[in-house]
Order: sequence, then structure tokens, then C-alpha cells
Amino acid sequence: MLMIEDLQVELAGKIILRHIDLEIKPGETHVLFGPNGSGKTSLLMTIMGYPQYRIVGGKIIFKGVDITNSPINERAKLGIGMSYQRPPTIHGLKTRQMVQLCSGNKEELSVEDLARRVNFVDFLERDVNAGFSGGEIKRSELLQLMAQNADLMLFDEPESGVDLENIALVGNTIARLLQKDGDGIGAKTRLQYRRERTKMGLIITHTGHILDYVIVDKGQLLYDGVLSCSTNPREIFKCITEVGYEECVRCTLENR
Amino acid sequence: MYSRESLKEKAAKAVDKRAGIGPDINLDEFEATPVDHEYLSDDQLKSIPEIEKERLVMSGVDVLERERGGTYFQKDTAVVHCKSKQDGVEIIPIQTALEQYEWIHDYYWKLASVDTDKYTASAEMNLHNGYVIRALPGARTIYPIQACLYLDKQGIQQNVHNIIIAEEGSELHVITGCATSPHLTKGVHIGVSEFYIKKNAKLSFTMIHNWAEDMVVRPRSVAQVEEGGLFLNNYISMKPVRTLQMYPTTHLVGDNAVARLYSIVVGSPGSEYDVGGRVYLKKPGTRAEVVARTISNGGRIISRGHLIGEVPDIKAHLECKGLILKGGLIYAVPELEGHADGVEMSHEAAVGKIAQEEIFYLMSRGLSEEEATSTIVRGFLSVDIPGLPPQLKAEIDKAVELSEKDVM
Repeated sequence: MLMIEDLQVELAGKIILRHIDLEIKPGETHVLFGPNGSGKTSLLMTIMGYPQYRIVGGKIIFKGVDITNSPINERAKLGIGMSYQRPPTIHGLKTRQMVQLCSGNKEELSVEDLARRVNFVDFLERDVNAGFSGGEIKRSELLQLMAQNADLMLFDEPESGVDLENIALVGNTIARLLQKDGDGIGAKTRLQYRRERTKMGLIITHTGHILDYVIVDKGQLLYDGVLSCSTNPREIFKCITEVGYEECVRCTLENR
Repeated sequence: MYSRESLKEKAAKAVDKRAGIGPDINLDEFEATPVDHEYLSDDQLKSIPEIEKERLVMSGVDVLERERGGTYFQKDTAVVHCKSKQDGVEIIPIQTALEQYEWIHDYYWKLASVDTDKYTASAEMNLHNGYVIRALPGARTIYPIQACLYLDKQGIQQNVHNIIIAEEGSELHVITGCATSPHLTKGVHIGVSEFYIKKNAKLSFTMIHNWAEDMVVRPRSVAQVEEGGLFLNNYISMKPVRTLQMYPTTHLVGDNAVARLYSIVVGSPGSEYDVGGRVYLKKPGTRAEVVARTISNGGRIISRGHLIGEVPDIKAHLECKGLILKGGLIYAVPELEGHADGVEMSHEAAVGKIAQEEIFYLMSRGLSEEEATSTIVRGFLSVDIPGLPPQLKAEIDKAVELSEKDVM
């Protein structure tokens, strides 16, 4: 379980997240909506542990451990993983090696098998993210997450820059990572499968396309550094589509 | 009989001539008197002390000669092993060649000038030895020839002259290691090398240096590539050295000749490197690429590159990338000279530190900060070298890996 309590975060001397409370239970996936600059990526980077996002108040608890001040790699070891929107290029490091590193150098890992699932075999000998298109970056990130086998996965706009042909591939892969697909069921009843689901997800989306592939438990709306709305994701999406983020201003005022 | 008198005369006039670049060295501080070492049979070579073997392995030299086409091994001033295991490849100590073969004088000091500076002059005035490696026309080597120039005696001056000839249509791979014995701290190595790559021949020359804290190193190399020839030159030096200065020059004199120079240099505290590569593109269709990766750990590195395009329809690229890990200096000096319409020349130089963003990215995949840093550095040092046999690529990777712990 991820528990965020009254979190306040500062970036370069400016408060960018104010009084964030968020709880993601095992097996739950939430989507995060919000206009540009509202702090969505900042929230993900803060959960991942990027030190430039300075926590000035509140705490983050993951699996019962207070990780408010833990370095990035300890959070990764504890089971938090992230799919980045614009990850850096690492020259001289092959994607194949990166996938192995993500798995903690598991010997039994078949990088090819994993890569085949996201149609990425041809990129394994290329340097990580070097000259990758938007869609290729997303598939590369998902491939790394598959190898990492994290329990809480943070997705920063996984569908942006992905062409129509690949959107289903990306969507279905995320569903599978979050145990929201039908493939993993086997002989279990649907109810049993749902009860045993442990993976947690937090997905930033602008387009809402991801909702067509992943059954999301809750929608969160981040506006001006505040989580102003937490309800059915389809309802939030419909609201934004119809009346825009203008409505959030009114909601926020009403909530105060 | 050919006389070396005129060469000696020319050399004598240059014995005090300072080099154009690099700190000046007083050669009187070193002992150039020949040192005897016993010749080693195959079996004796295999059973040299473990500690020496290790030093050799780090420089890509395998005393068991596994996957090697031949060996030249010089200790101080004496040749201790020399043989070719491969048809079509000759390996001869240069002193023997000078005494016995008339043809060597078509190559000896024909590319490099004996009066370039005091180092070339000293190499002629007091030549110890060196190797001549020659691939006969059409000969294609399967395994690389290994050559080792080893320094054992404290305070020695080693003067070496090497000549490598890849005859028409031949393919030759040479891996050469320079190393010092564990107890040696001080010495000077002067190495003159002349490379002849003839029509449609291919030569790969991989040089791995493992020097000591107080070593002075002054290689002087010139290569000439004829029509359709390919010269691949790889250089690795990751161990401390007092001062190392070299600026090897390649002349592409035939149509479509190609030169690719790759170097990896790590500068530790107290070390001073002045290294580079210069290529003259003299005929249409010639291509050159000079790629340098330098890391400073507190040492000083001057990384030079100079491309000279003399005719149209040539293509050349220079890449100097430096990483400052723990202080020191990296001074990149890329130079491009185009002398005609239609030359295509470019350069890319960058000096900096490891991007924090890359470290964090890897940490978010579970790596510690140290693991992330070393992964990025390893990637920085890993250069794809087209045309290099996988086995030599593996030797380079091994040399980098063995030295890596000194870098971090």
C-alpha cells in the first residue's frame, strides 16, 4: 500500500505540491488528471525519490515503510518503478544490458521474450533511448518495467507520442503489468483473481485513452498543487472534456 | 650495402632538438645502455612469473599464445621471444632486418623523420630493437599478432623502432602491449613506428599501454595508406604515467583509402597526457574518423585532433569527448583544415561531467549510485569500432574492465 499524508513539496524554492493526501491500496490503479504545470510529474518524481523535489512537510509510506527520506534506489528495491515520459539517453549502454540491469541481473531472464511482447527485439542492440521516437521510448520504458517487476508503477503519460497501431500494445501491456488483464487468470475465478491482485499503479493521462485498456479504480485530479477531486475516473474525464479545467477552480474553492 | 651514416649524421644534429609540443625531457636522467635478457623458448615463455603474466595480460599479451598468430616480446633492450605461427606473416627483430635484408631500407625512416626531435634522434643514435611485422601480398591473418615492449630495469631508456607492412590485398591484425614490471617506477620509452598499408590491404593496430607513475613515453608514429586500404588504429591507456606525448600522423595517399583512429585515455593524478591523431586526406574518396574518449581523475589531458582535407570529395569527422570525474584538466583541441571545394569535414567536442539525470534514471531501476556511475562510465568508454574483429573488441573491453576500478 502507498500512503501519502499531507505532503508538501518544494522545487527550486517554490512550493509546487500542497497538502497532498493519497492512498493506493494493493491491487488498485489510479489515474491522475490535471492541466499542464499542475504538478502531476512532480508528484511522480517525488514518490520515486528525486532529491530536487524537496519534501518540506508530510510523509510517504510504502508497504509500511516510511520512505519520505529514502534515496531513489532504495525505493526501487522496495518495489517502486517508473515509466518516464522523457528519459535520458545513456550512450554506450545497450537496451539489452539495461533490461538485464532492471531485473537485478537475473540469469533466467529472457530479454528476447520480454522484448517480443512489446515489439522491441530490433532495438535491443541500440543504446538506451538514443534516437528513439516518442512511441519507442514508451515501449522501452515498459520493457524495463516488465524486467523490474515492481509492485507500484508510476506511468508518466504512457500514451503520448504513441501511434494508433501501438496504442493498444502499450495499453494492454500496462494492463498486464497491473494485473488488470484477462491473461493471468488461468483456472482462478475472476473474483479470486481480483482479490489476489497486488500490483498498484498511478498513471498520468491527458487523453484518457488508457481508460479504454486498463480498468482504473479511481481518478485523481491535481490542480495547482492540490488534489482537488477524487472519484470515478470516467466522471472526471467527462467533466474535463465538457467544461474543462475551469470547473476545477470552482470545485477547489468550494472544498476549502 | 646500405649505409646508415647519413641518417646518423642527421640524427646527431637533432639530439638536443625539443619536441614541438609536450614537456621537454632531459634524456641524460635515464640509462640507455643495453640490458641483456635471456631468450625464452616457448616453454620458458609459458612459465614466466605469474606477476609478469598478469601485467602482460592487462596489455593484451597472452604468453600461452591462445588465439594469437605470433609473438614479439622485447624486455628492456633485448628480444626475448620472436616467432610467427602463421603462413604469410613475417616477424623479424628490426636489428636483424637491418643487417640481413636490403628491402627494409625502403621503409626504415621513410615516413617518420629522424630529425623530428631529440626522441627520434635518440632512437636512431642508440637503437635497441623493435619489430618488423609484414603480411605478404594477399595473406589474411586469422588471429592477431601480439607484440610486447616490456620495461624491467629501473631508470632505463628503451629505444624502439617498429615497422608494420601490410602488402597488397593482405589483412593483418596486431595487438601490442607496452607494460612495466611491478617494481619499475621510472623509465623512458621512445617508440618510432612506421605503418605501410598498401593497395586494398587492411591493418588493425590495437595498442594498450600500462605504464608506471614516473614513466616518460614518447611514441612517434606515421602511417601511409594506399588506394582502397584501411587503417584501424585503437589506443588505450588507463594507468598512471608521468608524461606521455604523441601525435600520430596518417597520410591517405591513394583513392578511397580509409583511416579510423580510436583512443581511450584516463588521466590519473600526477599524469600528463598530450595525445591526438592527425590525418591528411590527399586523394578523392578518402575517409577519416578520429574518435577520442578521455576521462580525467585529477590528471591533465590534452586531446588533439587534426584533419587536413587537400582535395575535393573527401569526408572526415573528429570526435573528442571528455569526462571530468575527480578534478584535473581536459583540453580538447579539434582542428579542421579544408583546402578545396567539396570537402566534407566536421567535428564534435564536449567536455563535462556525468549527468545527474542519468545517474537517477539508473538508480530508479535499482542500481546504487556507485553502480549507476560505473555503468555510465563504462558506456562512455565503449565505442563501436566498425571492422574490428570481435576477438580484438573483446580484448579492448577486457583492458577497459581491468582498469575500471582505478578509474572510479
